[in-house]
Amino acid sequence: MFKWAKTAAALAFATSAGAVIAQDVLSYEGIGREATANEVSAWDIDVRPDLKGLPKGSGSVADGMELWEAQCASCHGVFGESNEIFTPIVGGTTEADQKTGRVASLTDPAQPQRTTLMKVPTVSTLYDYIYRAMPWNAPRSLTADDTYAVLAYILNLGYIVPDDFTLSHENMAEIQAIMPNRNGMTTDHGLLTVDGEPDVKAQACMSDCATQVVVTSTLPDFARNAHENLAEQNRTFGPYRGVDTTKPPLAQLPGVNYQPVVAMAQSAEIDPKKLFTQNNCAACHAAASAMVGPSIQQVAQKYQGKPQMWAELQNKVKQGGVGNWGSIPMPPHPQVSDEDITVMIEWMMKGS
Amino acid sequence: MSVTKLSQKPGQLRRAPENFLPSEFRTELTAQGMSEQRRGFLQKSFMGALGAGLAAGVGSRAMAQSGPDDPAIVTKQEWQTTLGKPVAVKPYGTPSIYEEYLQRRESPGLTQTSVASVSFAPLQGFFGMITPSGLHFERHHQGWYDIDPAKHRLMINGMVKKPLVFTMEDIMRLPSVSRIHFIECGANTGMEWGNAAVPTVQYTHGMVSCSEFTGVPLSMLLEMAGADLKKGKFVLAEGNDGSGMTRTIPMETALDDVMVAWGMNGEMLRPENGYPLRLVVPGVQGVSWVKWLRRIEVGDKPWGTKDEAIHYVDLMPSGLHRQYTSIQECKSVITTPSGGQQLLTTGFYNISGLAWSGRGKVDRVDVSVDGGRNWSTARLESPVLDKSLTRFNIDWVWDGKPVILQSRAIDSTGYVQPPSRLLREKRGTRSIYHNNAIQSWQIDSNGEVRNVQVG
Repeated sequence: MFKWAKTAAALAFATSAGAVIAQDVLSYEGIGREATANEVSAWDIDVRPDLKGLPKGSGSVADGMELWEAQCASCHGVFGESNEIFTPIVGGTTEADQKTGRVASLTDPAQPQRTTLMKVPTVSTLYDYIYRAMPWNAPRSLTADDTYAVLAYILNLGYIVPDDFTLSHENMAEIQAIMPNRNGMTTDHGLLTVDGEPDVKAQACMSDCATQVVVTSTLPDFARNAHENLAEQNRTFGPYRGVDTTKPPLAQLPGVNYQPVVAMAQSAEIDPKKLFTQNNCAACHAAASAMVGPSIQQVAQKYQGKPQMWAELQNKVKQGGVGNWGSIPMPPHPQVSDEDITVMIEWMMKGS
Repeated sequence: MSVTKLSQKPGQLRRAPENFLPSEFRTELTAQGMSEQRRGFLQKSFMGALGAGLAAGVGSRAMAQSGPDDPAIVTKQEWQTTLGKPVAVKPYGTPSIYEEYLQRRESPGLTQTSVASVSFAPLQGFFGMITPSGLHFERHHQGWYDIDPAKHRLMINGMVKKPLVFTMEDIMRLPSVSRIHFIECGANTGMEWGNAAVPTVQYTHGMVSCSEFTGVPLSMLLEMAGADLKKGKFVLAEGNDGSGMTRTIPMETALDDVMVAWGMNGEMLRPENGYPLRLVVPGVQGVSWVKWLRRIEVGDKPWGTKDEAIHYVDLMPSGLHRQYTSIQECKSVITTPSGGQQLLTTGFYNISGLAWSGRGKVDRVDVSVDGGRNWSTARLESPVLDKSLTRFNIDWVWDGKPVILQSRAIDSTGYVQPPSRLLREKRGTRSIYHNNAIQSWQIDSNGEVRNVQVG
């Protein structure tokens, strides 16, 4: 009797309104809302190879050159040729490639770099990416016209358009028709979807498989310590140690007590190099060569011995600045503590 | 090159010695059971047999000699004789200070700037299948952010009945699922296409990680927006970072097992891994797992974005580039012992490694200690999950002669992880991406393990 009542009560509860369990839910009411037209256009900025999404506008090679030298050249080089920070944008394409739509140098072992223009099949890709993400320290700061201008300049550097060219939404399709590597892509492979056909078929032989085992490649001796001391990249206990790459290989098995390095005890000492990377200074400043900003060496030379050095540099980091080293401004870094800045300045002055 | 013994049996180095009891005693034992007297006899016989086994049977290295008393035991240690630290000294726990050598690292010279770069996970120090969140490999295209979840939105637009906007409150109210999957960068092992280039498994294979992800199926959100599944053949996933990272995903894949995830290993995603929202595209290269996910667009054609028209395209010997290569095919690597490690003595070792497949489960892993001439099948640790890392182990006794270790995985489709020769015949050596070749580690007689390639 009691059991029955309980079951009945449960049934009544389950069928009453408001007690629907999840499996029966067909819509998730009250979750999410409709996007407004403005919201969609604020974010939906992508441009497809068929030029769907391309904004109206135009920009000349001449305007592009000006923008390029102010905002792009510091990373990509004045002619888009720089290999300092990124792979070169320009180079390796010919007029003949524009006719065939296949970049011949892609099969030339003497071609040192695969540049952007050698690879990119679709001009939309360049427009889309420059507009959404460039320049990398200030993405979304270029207008549609700026983007056309910068792109026109790149195409001009690649001898795809003449010096007096103006690129616009109206002639992008014509440019697409002469892109040097427009026929250089294939989707004829099995790696697009999970059920695609693999293009190699190995055998799982179990015994007497290879007739001879020949070592065809090893790391050269000079590269022994190229990834820094491997002993400091492994545990200091357990079945293995890391190889001490600061020394030549051991003459024989070292035995269980071998200890190339001691366990790193947590150091109270602050590592200025680490601070420099963590605070993103290293994104723009390298040790010896100028990148987006001056090198540490240049800064040290300029401020060394100046009585106002500490205050000036503290201020530079906190407030930012422009004009001392070129036209790219140094952004303010209010989040970096005074103590950290002091440690880093000291380190920079010592020649890092 | 010497072939040393590989054993598939788990656990101990030595099997219980056979026939160490006289046959009449065994009969007596079976018939009458154990007594004090018989127990004493058994014990003596076993010890004797064990001694004989050590000397004769198990390689050149005997058990470590009992020497003078071990100070670690006979001296009182600080942690035994003083009061330890209270709870919540570290409100968010961190690894032991003795683990500091195992860190994510950049490969020197690989990229010119560390804002658009990669840090590799220290696979040589991992156990099991889950990657510690703090050691998950990193790949950022324009630096990483710690995005304020209160200001993060996800938009679904394009070929949908109604474009939608979700806040984190919205998304996290939906019925969630948790699944364990590997993520591997398409360029993992890319430096090794032409020759041995980097010294350790951290740099050869460290762009793979495996986590439990929690989120909602993308199909649920597409359904809520009324996506046109007939004409909408693709979706575009877009990130909220400065690069506005974008990748095209076929609708077939999107509706299969793709997730919009906020959870990773029981907590929120780490900022470096896309906090507060990322796409999880099981089996597909990491670049498609768009981090800081802000938008999904439904469309009828692929987008040909920067990372599918300039990067992440695989150069073939003909000069053609393969576009939209996505699937991470079956692959494995021995993580211990591996390149840059130093063996201390001869004797027993547990060869251990990781295997995975973007097309399904790992079915089997074979290990060779003679450069691929002869193979033995390894034990797979459970669980063995779809598109997840799987840990394998195999017992091995090293006799001190130079050897070359290899592992070869086979997945649930029957696909066998290939030697690099087969891949190069088809794809050349300049395609950068999707190198799933068999890895070789040479152990020299001094115990040093080196990255080598064999023909």
